[in-house]
Amino acid sequence: MTFTPLDAAHRQSLLLAGGRIIDPVNGVDMAGDLLVADGRIHAVGTQLAAPAGAARIDLGGKWIVPGLIDMHVHLREPGEEYKETVASGTKAAAAGGFTAVAAMPNTKPVNDNQSVTALILAKAAAGYARVYPVGAISQGSRGENLAEYGEMRRAGVVALSDDGRPVTDSQLMRRALEYAGNHNLLVIAHSEELALSRHGAMNEGFLATRLGLIGIPRVAEEIAVYRDLALAEYTGRPIHIAHVSTSESVSLIRRAKAKGCRVTAETAPHYFSLTEDAIGLYDSRAKMNPPLRAVADLTAIKEGLRDGTLDAIATDHAPHSELEKDVEFDLAANGIIGLETALSLSLALVREGVIAPGRLVELLSANPARILGVAGGSLAVGSAADVTVIDPDREFVYGLDQVVSKSKNSPFLDRRLTGKAVLTVVDGRITYRDGI
Amino acid sequence: METEYRFTHRHIISLDDLSRQDIDYILRVADSFKEISERPIKKVPTLRGKTVINLFFEPSTRTRLSFEVAAKRLSADTFNIAPASSSTTKGETLVDTACNLAAMNPDIIIIRHSRSGSPRLLARHIKASVLNAGDGTNEHPSQALLDMMTVREKKGRIEGLKVAIIGDITHSRVAHSNIIGFTKMGAEVAVSGPATLLPMGIEKMGATVCSSVAEAVADADVVMALRIQKERQHDPLIPSLREYANFFGITPRTLAGAKPDALIMHPGPINRGVEMDPAVADGPRSVILEQVTNGVAVRMALLYLIMGGD
Repeated sequence: MTFTPLDAAHRQSLLLAGGRIIDPVNGVDMAGDLLVADGRIHAVGTQLAAPAGAARIDLGGKWIVPGLIDMHVHLREPGEEYKETVASGTKAAAAGGFTAVAAMPNTKPVNDNQSVTALILAKAAAGYARVYPVGAISQGSRGENLAEYGEMRRAGVVALSDDGRPVTDSQLMRRALEYAGNHNLLVIAHSEELALSRHGAMNEGFLATRLGLIGIPRVAEEIAVYRDLALAEYTGRPIHIAHVSTSESVSLIRRAKAKGCRVTAETAPHYFSLTEDAIGLYDSRAKMNPPLRAVADLTAIKEGLRDGTLDAIATDHAPHSELEKDVEFDLAANGIIGLETALSLSLALVREGVIAPGRLVELLSANPARILGVAGGSLAVGSAADVTVIDPDREFVYGLDQVVSKSKNSPFLDRRLTGKAVLTVVDGRITYRDGI
Repeated sequence: METEYRFTHRHIISLDDLSRQDIDYILRVADSFKEISERPIKKVPTLRGKTVINLFFEPSTRTRLSFEVAAKRLSADTFNIAPASSSTTKGETLVDTACNLAAMNPDIIIIRHSRSGSPRLLARHIKASVLNAGDGTNEHPSQALLDMMTVREKKGRIEGLKVAIIGDITHSRVAHSNIIGFTKMGAEVAVSGPATLLPMGIEKMGATVCSSVAEAVADADVVMALRIQKERQHDPLIPSLREYANFFGITPRTLAGAKPDALIMHPGPINRGVEMDPAVADGPRSVILEQVTNGVAVRMALLYLIMGGD
């Protein structure tokens, strides 16, 4: 595995030869070659000739897809650099095949003003992937006053969220949706009714009872999803529902879409790969918010991904150190890292026959680009050369020594996984290369 | 041919880990140890040279003392660490505290902690045997074992009995361990209490959920009341103690439906007049103090068995 940060990598002419090009936005799924030059996609076709000086990489049928975009990560910088930095987080992103990530604002200080946004973007220049900062909905994410959306937009934020801290005041949420319209920013809702969830440590039900842990009822999410959908419909503004974890949330979103509401939604790989059983005997690596749920939820989420109710797979990559995790279960921090395992876990859906490869690319690239209104998600000639090469059959064990992220809090550690990114190209620069 | 039974557990953390045969064996060993506490010289050399640390992060009189008495009667060296003197008040983590204690080579650490699952965390990090003396709202295995010992002693059996557990089931680690233990030994367990204090899925642990106390107590061989655990309740769960006493307290009238010889039990400490009428607590069918006596015997048995039992 070799990594090159963006400020050290050179744009090069690159012929990706003999791949399977999957580009749903342009209706493409074919065997062929892709030529990158001057940071742009120069040509897509068959039997392309390598121009002088171009590096040729023979792919033997591996997939060529638009660069993957993770619209929900926590990079922890500024403030908690011992967990992750913009550099280490984007390096993990590159290893996972991601060419871009949206960075949630719950840093220390919170990204609720242009100077924090500018700092994150300055760090990103020496990172391994594009970073799209998400600004806070409220000042300090305290849920009291609106943050400065206009100035943050000018500094580079692409969306707004108080992720991690739900907006409890419905009037503030309504005003946020309205005012975000002035600056053409999407509101991403962390939908959670805190009165129901506040003391909880895992999904409410038999297992929580058995472990003597306070439960987080599914209705804590569903009531808040309903509220946020209702506010979006009432204000006529678009909304994006983050990390959907229950079957009823999927149903609510499906109904809102059928009514014509401007709603999009994401789920995370763990919600279609694991149930609450992963907690076993108090394994805090399986603790996150919203919590892992039951089999019926997992099934409903897969159906939502298949039928278009859920638009994106996003990791909610949440690095935590041993300090936050190797403690009593109910004191342990919520969240798991996800950038390096998301693609493999999503490819499992393709192998199971839940979704086709084209749908996978929509969920991990085309739709996140469209929802956030950022470049990418397509292999159209002339667009920026953000490209990921996937070996869908490559097997690997996600061992501790393999983890690229600074934090190691993954419930998938030591799992044998199938399918991974083998080449990640951002802006015509190779940031990551593994065995090809 | 029947293979010879051996007790192989190094830790006692959850009754889920123990088989019916294990529980039966523990109770028999406890029966045989009970006599030691009735001798003029209440000490045997069984655990001489063994070090037992009582690591109690929550206040406890009965359980802590019971474990200490049990260990001393087996000649172990015992040390008590109370919350006020513990380094965790200075910001040390549970794992660090445990590792530091482990570095002094104790043989057994007995832990009580307000967080469910903390004995598992301890056992993952240290070599010593871990004995759970109550973890949060999860389990209290030695209490359930002493309850089963008491019932067996009085009734001659556990299988086929009906045990009613009344009160705050959600926050009661005693209830959780007893539901697992008594159902494993073949008893029927009926629970009742305010619906706000009955946790979701408790029936999957083997308990029958009854909508009224009368229904739970009907024809019961054992009636166990639980303390209202105000300290573990985050939300308003009952309107008042008076209303609780009126509708869920165990009174002579409530007991009318139980078997005439039903045993009255309580893990203590009792809120007299709340979950149990004093007339019941001090009545002829009450075995509350025998529970305490048996507690020492059960804890002696556990300490002996996890040290290899030879």
